Amino acid sequence: MSTTTTHTRRNPPSRGERIADWTDARLGLHGAGRKNIRKIFPDHWSFLLGEIAMYTFLIVLLTGVYLTLFFKPSMAEMTYHGSYAPMNGVMMTEAYASTLDISFDVRGGLLVRQIHHWSALIFIAAMATHMMRVFFTGAFRKPREVNWLFGFTLLVLGCVAGFTGYSLPDDLLSGTGVRFMEGATLATPVIGTYLAFFLWGGEFPGTDIIPRFFAVHVLLVPGIMLGLFLIHLILIFYHKHTQFAGAGKTNDNVVGAPFMPVYVAKAGGFFFLVFGVVTLLAGMFTINPVWDLGPYRPDLVSTGAQPDWYMGWTEGLIRFMPGWEWVIPGGYTINFGVFIPLMIVGVVPTVMVAYPFFESWVTGDRREHHILDRPRNVPTRTGFGVAWLTWVFVLLMAGGNDLWATHFHLSIEAITWFVRIAFFVAPVLAFWITRRICLGLQRRDREKVLHGRETGIIKRLPHGEFIEVHEPLPQEQMHVLTSHDQHTPLELGPTVDDNGVVRKQSPVEKLRVKLSQGYYGEAGQIPKPTRHEYEEITSGHGHH
Amino acid sequence: MKKLSARRRHPLAALVVLLIALAATGGLYATFAPTGKAQAEETSQSLAVEEGQKIFRVGCASCHGTGGQGSSDGPSLVGVGAAAVDFQVSTGRMPLQQQGVQAPKKPNIYTQKEIDQLAAYVASLGPGPAVPEESQYDPAGGDVARGGDLFRTNCAQCHNFTGKGGALTDGKYAPNIDGVDPKHMYEAMQTGPQNMPSFPDKLLTTTDKQDIIAYLDEVGGDEAESPGGFSLGGLGPVSEGLFAWVFGLGALVVLTIWITARSAKARKS
Repeated sequence: MSTTTTHTRRNPPSRGERIADWTDARLGLHGAGRKNIRKIFPDHWSFLLGEIAMYTFLIVLLTGVYLTLFFKPSMAEMTYHGSYAPMNGVMMTEAYASTLDISFDVRGGLLVRQIHHWSALIFIAAMATHMMRVFFTGAFRKPREVNWLFGFTLLVLGCVAGFTGYSLPDDLLSGTGVRFMEGATLATPVIGTYLAFFLWGGEFPGTDIIPRFFAVHVLLVPGIMLGLFLIHLILIFYHKHTQFAGAGKTNDNVVGAPFMPVYVAKAGGFFFLVFGVVTLLAGMFTINPVWDLGPYRPDLVSTGAQPDWYMGWTEGLIRFMPGWEWVIPGGYTINFGVFIPLMIVGVVPTVMVAYPFFESWVTGDRREHHILDRPRNVPTRTGFGVAWLTWVFVLLMAGGNDLWATHFHLSIEAITWFVRIAFFVAPVLAFWITRRICLGLQRRDREKVLHGRETGIIKRLPHGEFIEVHEPLPQEQMHVLTSHDQHTPLELGPTVDDNGVVRKQSPVEKLRVKLSQGYYGEAGQIPKPTRHEYEEITSGHGHH
Repeated sequence: MKKLSARRRHPLAALVVLLIALAATGGLYATFAPTGKAQAEETSQSLAVEEGQKIFRVGCASCHGTGGQGSSDGPSLVGVGAAAVDFQVSTGRMPLQQQGVQAPKKPNIYTQKEIDQLAAYVASLGPGPAVPEESQYDPAGGDVARGGDLFRTNCAQCHNFTGKGGALTDGKYAPNIDGVDPKHMYEAMQTGPQNMPSFPDKLLTTTDKQDIIAYLDEVGGDEAESPGGFSLGGLGPVSEGLFAWVFGLGALVVLTIWITARSAKARKS
């Protein structure tokens, strides 16, 4: 059918066709489009968590552009005579005054400020939950380890953008945050003082830090984030999306809706839903009422001074750490009270970066994975994840210890001691409990596959025996419950080879085997029902 | 007598004896104890002091001593002044419900007249700050902006930016100042109740105090405005973060579930 169409056609090409031809010849859209427009995206609510992050990021960018039109990143001092009477005649920096102007004099300024801030909080929360989803379902495994790193970098940069943005208005709260950061910089052994002078351009607070933060907040970090975000998306297209096990879903296909038009319609609609929810929040609930907080002065501080939630864990580290310090020869002070938390802040990202590589090293699994794990089927990983979250929660509790104290009528010392102990104990407990729960759920899955669902119907047999009727699961569900791989743990192998020569086993190898046993050994998973077991049970009498 | 002796080993006998003994001691004491020397002048002031002393003996003396000289359970009240009494009693902090790190605010059970009498009695024990006049604490007469500055300099360390309260050591706390009577704010600054330092007139002048009261009225009074919408307690980033997670991300997750409720199935082939 191909020969006759193009050359011998009577009608001239339509307008749309001509435009398509023009663009295709110059941009190659047809080739790229044909490949990607039909890209299939599977449906599951948890796959949209990343989308929430994407949309809130866009909202933050859009509202941020509006705010830069009116914000003055200057620490020049002035006396305020604007329309907010309670601040009339108060000395403040231009940064703070222009934030008041945005809130009270710029049309829609307060709403946009609140959308910007709420959206930023939700952006980072969405990134965190998206990362949890990826972690707990094993979506970071080959071939997606690199995309995990991009996502992780986005999370870190999101926190940097958030912290610098929080600091810009130069109010009493944010100034305290900047002071906190200066304290942390000073706590760097030996070079701390020099580093602080370098960053602040002299004594704290100086006049440089707000303009510098402004450049980082509106240009540097968002620019890098936008780039990384695009790479993150391109890699999703390249790898194709992961999916949960189900009927017809294999490691080699993707079952879902095509990118155009179904997915785009849904995703586009979801953008407006997210924007709507954020705007509703911003319209109804105050966030960061800078007009109440007053301008920053280094000699002032208020109680209840905390960072935004994503930095809360660092606040917690500082709050519960005992204030140890040494003076080393030469007159340098090592401030362990701040330096040790600072080290932990450095270790946390390292662990997050390393995990995908750690797991593939431990398990020796080098295959590609496109089918997601159910968290229960990998109890050790799930345990690590929950332990990690527990640890973060304990730190958040330490970060908000004053509010826990006032709202639950507790002593702040008691909370501090609880946190000091829970910092070490709670993650271990959480790991152990989670693993037990996962194993229990695996046993339950096994029971369900072998014996069916408990219907709650009690039947009396002719000879008087009562039994509960079990209904066999539908084929599809049975597939979901049994399709996961069960790995065999690594073995140390014989210590002596065939020729009787002693084989060396490095301690690293021994550790690896031990960890692998932990992941996939007898204590790490419940054997899933085999075909043989299933047939044996179902072929005989209906129950047993 | 036979009836009595028959019941002398009754389980409640000891209790009855105790009650009789207590009644007898109390009665004898009431009869023979030296009564306070009634002064000749029957002015309203001395009447108030006398009435105040009676109230004091009932509600306060068990801890502060019969003459207000203090005991192991409560500090001396000599020289605390009428302002301290007015603050502590009319906010319900005194009489104390139980010993603890700090007296909490609770419903006041005295009338203003009784409080005034009590205050007059305590003031008669030694010179101290008097109850302020309304012109001193009326928020309308203060400079809000200056008050805010003074508040952030002297008060926010414990009471938070807008007086929403904060935690102190060992379960003590700086209370939320929202909705506190301006008179009580003034008295608190003047006398320094519980763990609060006192700010006598040399430290914060009457004008300073009035400005602070004006500021607190502006940000936390009955007619305080919240330009940004509901204030979420005014507690700062902790409550905002919690709210963003629960209601922000929570609402969005509900929407994701709604959007993906109808999902594509594999084609049967």
